[in-house]
Amino acid sequence: MSDIFFYLFAALTAGSALAVVFTKNTVASALSLLVSLVGVSALFILLDAFLLAALMVFVYAGAVVALFLFIVMLIDSHGGDRKPFKKATLVSGFLAFALLVLGLASFAKRGAQEVIAFDAPSASVPVGASLRAYGEQLFTTYLLPVQIVGFLLLIAMLGVIVLSKKFEGMEDVK
Amino acid sequence: MTVGLNEYLYLSAVLFAIGFFGVLLRKNTLVIYMCLELMLVASTVALVAFSHFNRTMDGNVFVFFILTVAAAEVAVGLAIIVALFRRRQTIQVEELNALKN
Repeated sequence: MSDIFFYLFAALTAGSALAVVFTKNTVASALSLLVSLVGVSALFILLDAFLLAALMVFVYAGAVVALFLFIVMLIDSHGGDRKPFKKATLVSGFLAFALLVLGLASFAKRGAQEVIAFDAPSASVPVGASLRAYGEQLFTTYLLPVQIVGFLLLIAMLGVIVLSKKFEGMEDVK
Repeated sequence: MTVGLNEYLYLSAVLFAIGFFGVLLRKNTLVIYMCLELMLVASTVALVAFSHFNRTMDGNVFVFFILTVAAAEVAVGLAIIVALFRRRQTIQVEELNALKN
């Protein structure tokens, strides 16, 4: 049963990721990104990471895609009346894509032969399911990274404020 | 046939490759940025799958940090794009050629 769900959501995620790349309209790209992220969070639920699935929807679907849509609204980029890409770019981009897929596939194939197979973890309690496990890890082993990340958020906020402020006496920068 | 680690890794690789393809292909800076986000999300799928099949918490916690960094990165990146649009009146990469010549 969960296999069917995996293939369903994997197809949804990959298909809407392709739609992000190939649609001409920027708003349609952002909405396809939203669908793709919802598919990824469904895959997280299949992997028993319920907190991460919820965070994915809140942070990415709620904040990031909404921010993208705001910026698209703010910047009228005339995306509709010009070609989204050239044919030569398409060919060379597809070549690079094929090379990357080939490399990753050979990597995964070799790994599947040599690494011992993981047994199905359905018997025991899944580790990612409990909030307690996250709290214990975040406040013991990863305490310093948590503080650094908090500081990073502060710096990002200050950076955004500085970037979006209009400076009057800075003609020399131009 | 049951879905194992390999299927999740293949999916992650495909998503990463699609994002990479989009970064190479598109000319609109906003869409390039969305494809970058797609690549980040692809790496989180691999991390959560590793964490689940290894029965450790480290991958999940790492995804937690990736989410935070991605949120900060999106905020700063979009602010840069807006500042760029204010100055140059365009966000198409073929017109942003100030470093050429």
